[in-house]
Amino acid sequence: MANGAQIGDEIGFAVTKARIYVTYKPTVLDPQGNAIQTALHHLGFADVESVRMGKYLEVELHTDDTSRAQEEVEAMCQQLLANPVIESYRFDLETAQ
Amino acid sequence: MKLGIVQFPGSNCDHDCLHVVRSVLQVEADLIWHEATQVAGYDALVLPGGFSYGDYLRSGSIARFSPVMRAVTDFAEAGGLVLGICNGFQILTEAGLLPGALLRNSALEFRCGWVHLRVESTASPFMASYGHGQVLRMPVAHGDGNYVADPDVLSRMRDNGQVTLRYCDAEGNVTPTANPNGSVDNIAGVCNESGNVFALMPHPERCAEPELGGVDGLGIWQAMVLALTSAPLRV
Repeated sequence: MANGAQIGDEIGFAVTKARIYVTYKPTVLDPQGNAIQTALHHLGFADVESVRMGKYLEVELHTDDTSRAQEEVEAMCQQLLANPVIESYRFDLETAQ
Repeated sequence: MKLGIVQFPGSNCDHDCLHVVRSVLQVEADLIWHEATQVAGYDALVLPGGFSYGDYLRSGSIARFSPVMRAVTDFAEAGGLVLGICNGFQILTEAGLLPGALLRNSALEFRCGWVHLRVESTASPFMASYGHGQVLRMPVAHGDGNYVADPDVLSRMRDNGQVTLRYCDAEGNVTPTANPNGSVDNIAGVCNESGNVFALMPHPERCAEPELGGVDGLGIWQAMVLALTSAPLRV
């Protein structure tokens, strides 16, 4: 596949894209977020109250069945993409074509 | 008696562990490649340190799904002794075989040096060589050693004697300055409820011979062998 092309472009099947956000639970300290907050203060952004750093993942699924995609992404988050001991997650789905 | 040392892509303390078991303890040991699907014939397992799968996503999160981990889980659940060191600790928490999780060090620095540890509980068979309150000196080398667990989980762990080792100063005082990574309650090592799964961030394989500057780690290895000698378990 050429760079930049979407998976569905060549063959013409539907693709559902999941945008997944994984963040630390509020009770978990985030040393990286704290370091970024300090840097923002040093840059003069005095209003910055807090910074929490997380992860953003894009997962493309070969399906246009949104409820199936919902179920699968939910399972992926629970089993691998987030660690329920320290992290929470949310995601949205977009089906193309 | 035979020990198995599990080797993941990115493990880098596997041969150090193998050396200690074979040359120092004089016990038979093999490396077990992570694609193995069974661990029959081994009396105890070691998950060594390193950077399995480049620490991608979260340290230990990908290794936890290596084929061998199903067998490791069955082995642990049947009561087999499992020792996790550094990355092995991270893998065992990700696998749910130990409570809690390990985050980036609070100072955001890779910490490499010697630390002191206080033996908080001798409930686990891995602690049989040490006395309660004994101060040990061991090296650490990690970027993600910041132990966390929910307050109710921690309180259950304390009640059960699962908080095994805590970072302290040379006199055994548990202080914030003795904490190399920001771990809650200075926790350096924990075991599961039944004590057969134990892991720590420091490296007992790097302090099991006088040539390496200390022998305080040897007790963990000896205790493992002692436990197998007195109550061997084959899963």
